[in-house]
Amino acid sequence: MKQEYTITVYTENQVGLLNRIAIIFTRRKINIDSLNTSPSEVESVHRFTIVINETEEVVRKLCRQIEKQVEVLKAYYNTNEEIVWQELALYKVPTEIIAEEVKVERLLREHGAKAVVIRKDYTVFEVAGHREETDNLIKVLEPYGLIEFVRSARVAIIKDSAGFHLKLKEFEAADPGEDAAENEFLNRQEEVFTM
Amino acid sequence: METLELEMKKTAENKVENISGSEAVLKALIEESVTTVFGYPGGAIMPIYDALFDYDGHLNHILVRHEQGAIHAAQGYARTSGDVGVVFATSGPGATNLVTGLADAQIDSTPVVAITGQVFAHLLGTDAFQETDVINITTPVTKWNYQVTDATEIPAVLAKAFYIAKSGRPGPVLIDITKNAQLQKFDYKGYEKCTHIRSYRPKPIIRKTFVEEAAKLINEAKKPFVIFGQGVILGRAEQEFKAFIEKGGLPAAWTVLGLSALETDHPLNVGMLGMHGNYGPNVLTNECDVLIAVGMRFDDRVTGRLDKYAKQAKVIHLDIDPAEIDKNVKTTVPVWGDCKETLPMLTALIEEKQHTDWLKRFNQYTKEEVELVINKEMHPDAAEMTMAEVIDSLNELTRGEAVIVTDVGQHQMIACRYAKFVRSKSNVTSGGLGTMGFALPAAIGAKYGAPDRTVVAIIGDGGFQMTLQELGTIMQFGAEVKMLILNNNFLGMVRQWQELFHSRRYSFVDIQSPDFVTIAKGYGITGRSVNARKELKAALKEMLDHKGSYLLEVMVGKENNVFPMVPQGCSVSEIRLK
Repeated sequence: MKQEYTITVYTENQVGLLNRIAIIFTRRKINIDSLNTSPSEVESVHRFTIVINETEEVVRKLCRQIEKQVEVLKAYYNTNEEIVWQELALYKVPTEIIAEEVKVERLLREHGAKAVVIRKDYTVFEVAGHREETDNLIKVLEPYGLIEFVRSARVAIIKDSAGFHLKLKEFEAADPGEDAAENEFLNRQEEVFTM
Repeated sequence: METLELEMKKTAENKVENISGSEAVLKALIEESVTTVFGYPGGAIMPIYDALFDYDGHLNHILVRHEQGAIHAAQGYARTSGDVGVVFATSGPGATNLVTGLADAQIDSTPVVAITGQVFAHLLGTDAFQETDVINITTPVTKWNYQVTDATEIPAVLAKAFYIAKSGRPGPVLIDITKNAQLQKFDYKGYEKCTHIRSYRPKPIIRKTFVEEAAKLINEAKKPFVIFGQGVILGRAEQEFKAFIEKGGLPAAWTVLGLSALETDHPLNVGMLGMHGNYGPNVLTNECDVLIAVGMRFDDRVTGRLDKYAKQAKVIHLDIDPAEIDKNVKTTVPVWGDCKETLPMLTALIEEKQHTDWLKRFNQYTKEEVELVINKEMHPDAAEMTMAEVIDSLNELTRGEAVIVTDVGQHQMIACRYAKFVRSKSNVTSGGLGTMGFALPAAIGAKYGAPDRTVVAIIGDGGFQMTLQELGTIMQFGAEVKMLILNNNFLGMVRQWQELFHSRRYSFVDIQSPDFVTIAKGYGITGRSVNARKELKAALKEMLDHKGSYLLEVMVGKENNVFPMVPQGCSVSEIRLK
């Protein structure tokens, strides 16, 4: 069954790696719903957060192909239940309308929107939240002359993760422990190797 | 020459030395024990070629006639020597001409390091003369690639390149070096080989529990069947493999790239898998109870229709690349690791057995195939020669000792089916990518990789015309390649498919050939063409006995087909004998 998966990839910081990872998806004609690159909790290690809508089998294979790349340290995949995530959205609306319409003010408050910039001609609000939440506010603001909208890629924290500090130490050792040496998913034999 | 040796000595004495990026490239090659480089100069790689001028005698540079020839030669070299093949090419068209070979090396796991020149760093992205985005073009077809814009990076980057190319599952690496970096002088502090990259695990750790589970399955099996690929050769595990199948009495069949890992006449060698493989191994794949895959990747040409492939069997998969486990065929027990290490562990745990009745089943199918297919191929009634009888005659003369390089198409399948081998690393062919034009340049490289061995390049009339410019390379540098052109005046494999699946609508497969012998003569290469059976053996003998390269054209039947055949989209048990 297809569902949303968030893939978290820990990598070295190298030019061209984004392309190497992206083509693993494009080659299989899989659309990336959202992609974010950022520093991680470990200095010098980068973190990609990629969201796709696929079956677990496909996601697992994709993660193995990603881990195969020389500069990739590790790739994890998680369902939405296993992560805490946010997306940031910005909305630009005419100031005159929102200043006068009390209803709008209430709506914005309901959606947890925060004003980032207030100018005479327009105001920019930000909302951080899940896709549905930021999407809802578009619908709400449309009748009030929404000028511009943009949403960031998803950033996600894996609930059940102790971070990458210890793992990296294992990776740096020439003779690593089992975990560092192999694909994480292969540890879960019962789940993975079913006939 | 002397000055160079003197300089090298000097380097050893005082550690730091001011050299150019180009010299650093060549020093790296020497440190990596590279002896042969295949390449073609051009504007953006001129500083490296300038430095190469002083390395005559230390590095043997073979000037090819086209960059595609260089990379196929490097592949051939890697396949027969087991070492890394090295290529030089210039920027732009020089680099793009490598792409086919890189893709070929990537899919066939061949260790190659390609070094390309690039325009000056300040010109990157300006559409400069002969500038092309080589890194992005080659990303999908390389194991790793990297652009150097500063000479100080060169020693470490090349050390990494060689380490990545040959370790784990081997593959091609491309290093793109801007011209300024080639020219730039820097303080060279010596070369250090790379042995560890923190984000790269070439060898997964072997898990004993899986080895034990695998051994248990093998010990309980009534109809175990081993299928082996190039992993056995790349892992240099031929002896370990043989010990494994011999102890367990396990029938074993090879993929096209696994060919020659086990001698053809070994009693447990039951033949070739896949689309044009043997009858028994294909049919019995769907009857075995435990399928043991060693260093192979379940290519679609091997498996046929996946949802009807070995569904009854428990599958044990030995592979060094974790991404291969469960990629195409679901595994019961994954034994990931280097088969040089995992095979002896398995051998120690399995019981000594003989599966006589099961092995007999393979032999029965062989008998049937001999009667219905092979005999007709070897001893045809028609006046026209068959490809198989040419290979058979060749076997008699080489006794399986030769390196056989093949191109792509009918002759390739026939050669793989019928050529006999007694030594490993003897079958060089473009398996995964199926690159026509591969054989001639690959054979040149194969000869440099195995200078003491006879190298026979078996090529079709179509494929030969794709890279025949490399005759010039043979002419100039004297690689002793025996070229055997099997000419059926058709693009035979495509024609066969058109006959079988497109109602004999022979669309553009009727290919005209030049007089190959005259062409060879133009390059100073002796040749001969035969179209009568009675001349065949003498001609083959003449080819093999001739001192130097030789081109033998054998005219074969125009509309012969390769059988057996598993038609595309069919299960391996639906293999057709005619």
